[in-house]
Amino acid sequence: MALNLKRVPVAEQDPKVRAHNFEEVCLGYTQEEAIEEAKRCLNCKKPKCMTGCPVEINIPAFIAQVAEGNIEEAYKIISESSSLPAVCGRVCPQENQCEGVCVLGNKGDAVSIGRIERFVADWACANGIHPATDIKPNGRKVAVIGAGPAGLTCAGDLARRGYDVTIFEALHEPGGVLVYGIPEFRLPKEKVVAKEVDNVRNLGVKIETDVVAGHALTVEELLGEEGFDAVFIGSGAGLPRFMNIPGELANGVLSANEYLTRNNLMRAYAGGDTPIVHGKRCVVVGGGNVAMDSARTALRLGAETYIVYRRSMEELPARAEEVHHAQEEGIIFDLLTNPVEILEAEDGWVRGIRCIRMELGEPDESGRRRPIEIPGSEFEIPCDEVIMALGTSPNPLIPSTTKGLDTNRRQCIIADEATGQTSKEGVFAGGDAVTGAATVILAMGAGKKAAKGIDDYLNRKEAEKAEQTEA
Amino acid sequence: MFEIVKKRALADNIVEFVVKAPRIAKHCEPGQFVIVKEEDQTERIPLTICDFDRKAGTITLVIQIVGRATEKLCQLNQGEYIAHVTGPLGKPSEFVTMDPEELKKKRLLFVAGGLGAAPVYPQVRWAHDHGIPVDVIVGAKTKDILILEDEMKDVCDNLYITTDDGSYGYHGLVTGKLEELVKNDGKKYTDVIAIGPMIMMKFAALKTKELGIPTVVSLNPIMVDGTGMCGACRVLVDGKVKFACVDGPEFDAHKVDFDQAMQRQRLYKTEEGRARLAQIEQDTHHGGCGICSEVK
Ligand SMILES: Cc1cc2nc3c(=O)[nH]c(=O)nc-3n(C[C@H](O)[C@H](O)[C@H](O)COP(=O)(O)OP(=O)(O)OC[C@H]3O[C@@H](n4cnc5c(N)ncnc54)[C@H](O)[C@@H]3O)c2cc1C
Ligand SMILES: Cc1cc2nc3c(=O)[nH]c(=O)nc-3n(C[C@H](O)[C@H](O)[C@H](O)COP(=O)(O)OP(=O)(O)OC[C@H]3O[C@@H](n4cnc5c(N)ncnc54)[C@H](O)[C@@H]3O)c2cc1C
Ligand code: SF4
Ligand code: SF4
Ligand code: FES
Repeated sequence: MALNLKRVPVAEQDPKVRAHNFEEVCLGYTQEEAIEEAKRCLNCKKPKCMTGCPVEINIPAFIAQVAEGNIEEAYKIISESSSLPAVCGRVCPQENQCEGVCVLGNKGDAVSIGRIERFVADWACANGIHPATDIKPNGRKVAVIGAGPAGLTCAGDLARRGYDVTIFEALHEPGGVLVYGIPEFRLPKEKVVAKEVDNVRNLGVKIETDVVAGHALTVEELLGEEGFDAVFIGSGAGLPRFMNIPGELANGVLSANEYLTRNNLMRAYAGGDTPIVHGKRCVVVGGGNVAMDSARTALRLGAETYIVYRRSMEELPARAEEVHHAQEEGIIFDLLTNPVEILEAEDGWVRGIRCIRMELGEPDESGRRRPIEIPGSEFEIPCDEVIMALGTSPNPLIPSTTKGLDTNRRQCIIADEATGQTSKEGVFAGGDAVTGAATVILAMGAGKKAAKGIDDYLNRKEAEKAEQTEA
Repeated sequence: MFEIVKKRALADNIVEFVVKAPRIAKHCEPGQFVIVKEEDQTERIPLTICDFDRKAGTITLVIQIVGRATEKLCQLNQGEYIAHVTGPLGKPSEFVTMDPEELKKKRLLFVAGGLGAAPVYPQVRWAHDHGIPVDVIVGAKTKDILILEDEMKDVCDNLYITTDDGSYGYHGLVTGKLEELVKNDGKKYTDVIAIGPMIMMKFAALKTKELGIPTVVSLNPIMVDGTGMCGACRVLVDGKVKFACVDGPEFDAHKVDFDQAMQRQRLYKTEEGRARLAQIEQDTHHGGCGICSEVK
């Protein structure tokens, strides 16, 4: 069979149209397209692609089913490893994960694993097919803090093993960044996130919203009077960073978290009660997914939008597809540029941002070339809205209210990479709370490992207990 | 879902709810707040926990109607449910965690402006229960909107009422009464805790600075999540940016940049909310400072 080196293209909303709506940008494969794309897979004996997937989905197996037209079978295979395939198919940085290592990528286009996965998950949802739920309860209780990808995955995996799991979530809606951060046009909330959360609930997982662990409930209480055998912390990395430059408190300057939360979680774009700044000209500072999402949201809310980033195009940490989409939609990229001051009008509202041009010097410890200021190159961009998308760090609330839970100097909880075990007995952690801001699929991978870690730990404990009673 | 077990009107546009929220009632301390969301699609509203009953598992909220969200919330009746109540948020008042011996040496004065009487009440009661001498000044625009007078009387040594129009108690502002107590009546206070409209706290702080009394205020900037996630609640304290929802809401009054805080508070106010707020704050303070009239 001759190699087919070109991937089947996917339908997308026209950039000119989508720049004014919040409908999904990528329309996904049809069944015919998915099957055609699936047929490109070589079904490798040693599938490289699987080594790139942190939750180890059996990629060749599910793709082979799709190629045969057995979509339900394909869904079953994916569900064995992932509880959020419709999410991952949309937001995984596939070019660095599964697709990045697909052998076809050496000669041509890698198989569009993400898009096929998305098709399968959407198909299952549309046809009312849910993951299998023949579960035997094992009588053990586990508490999960945080209903983001890490917490949902850990909870789902434990439930499948027979655990009685309760998730405690601080916000009023489960999903973590999937509901408050990533916008509707990339990840529909009702159609996709809510459905996948329901699938986790269908496994028997209880979700209690509006509970801020550390305030309304402590880890000690969970292990004590609340009667849980173990706790998993998947509280994410939600604290926004600012630049600490003059003028940052001006009205109209806000964190990406605030902006996106108002828009996504609080549905400001869809007529929710929550007010949001509608700028005429918006500057977004940063170059990651969060910056792309903020910029594309501001654009859709009617602003002429700029991205200001201190390195060059090559170093942009955002997913390649998002950068490409942002450019198509007309976002202006001001690269090798760094803000030095925010200019405030007399009424306290932002009127512009003062920036300095940068050039790239020697590589720094991250291996990327270090940006250096070019003296005397300051200039101003007039604007009435500035969004700071500079990255986030974990919230210190849980570590500061839990005795014996160690963190590193970046406020991340210290946990064993293989098991999620923290410095405190019976307490496990994973996702952004441990790694700092990373990706959905890494958080899921960590949730999965911790589920196994918790299972092993409780089995070990039971065995020890049995030994002691025998002795 | 959180049941409203009791509702009563404290004044025109001011409603008291007793809400069943066992997890919050178990952990909350004076000075903390909750975020309330009436139903799935409405605004998140930060509200101070004005009282709590650990046994009954209830908390008490006092809400002033200033805009759409508070208006909708206050239409709920006894026996109905609030969709979401999250908390307790923020840090407890500093004196709750203080050494009891230190506390015994305190002479506290609480200054409450308007609705501020509600959040002040549990703190006064707490101090009273711990044997600390405590006086209270409550200021209101006029007698009709004075709230919690009887309740307050029961838990403090001296209650001083001030009204802007002289319809009851001392005729004038809380700051006038404060000065009178210290300068004329020879009262000695170790600490002042002032809670009320931003503008009142600003002037109370200026007065106590002049009188040399350490002062704490409870700030109410705009908030979204209340857990440190968004930065909407940024305030400038001692030249440093603080997140009021996690670092506060109580701060050293003499270090707070009130003008900055007031400017930020205006950010999202709706036209109707602004109009009402301007009315509330201006009327309590005669608009003499000129700041209220700047409200856009
Ligand atoms: C705007 C944006 C866009 C992104 N785009 C992508 C993308 O395209 N692809 C990708 O792979 N990754 C993306 N990411 C990163 C990805 O979303 C995160 O790495 C991932 O969500 C981390 O999962 P988590 O479960 O560890 O944490 P989170 O998703 O942050 O979830 C943590 C949950 O815990 C809750 N919580 C926190 N503290 C407490 C407490 N004390 N008590 C109870 N609950 C608590 C939070 O409310 C939250 O719901 C993006 C992130 C952002 C912000
Ligand atoms: C820590 C804290 C404790 C509070 N305690 C109480 C209390 O015990 N009782 C009470 O009646 N009110 C209290 N408030 C103020 C209350 O939250 C606001 O009055 C309410 O959010 C206004 O909402 P609205 O939609 O009805 O008004 P609108 O004016 O229509 O509001 C529009 C927007 O502005 C914001 N906003 C308006 N006014 C304020 C304000 N004063 N503070 C913060 N955000 C505001 C809201 O987030 C809303 O999104 C407190 C605020 C904070 C931050
Ligand atoms: S979950 Fe992500 S990494 Fe794994 S196969 Fe799917 S798209 Fe690839
Ligand atoms: S590496 Fe690529 S071609 Fe090989 S099995 Fe995986 S997806 Fe198919
Ligand atoms: S309210 Fe969001 S950080 Fe304070």
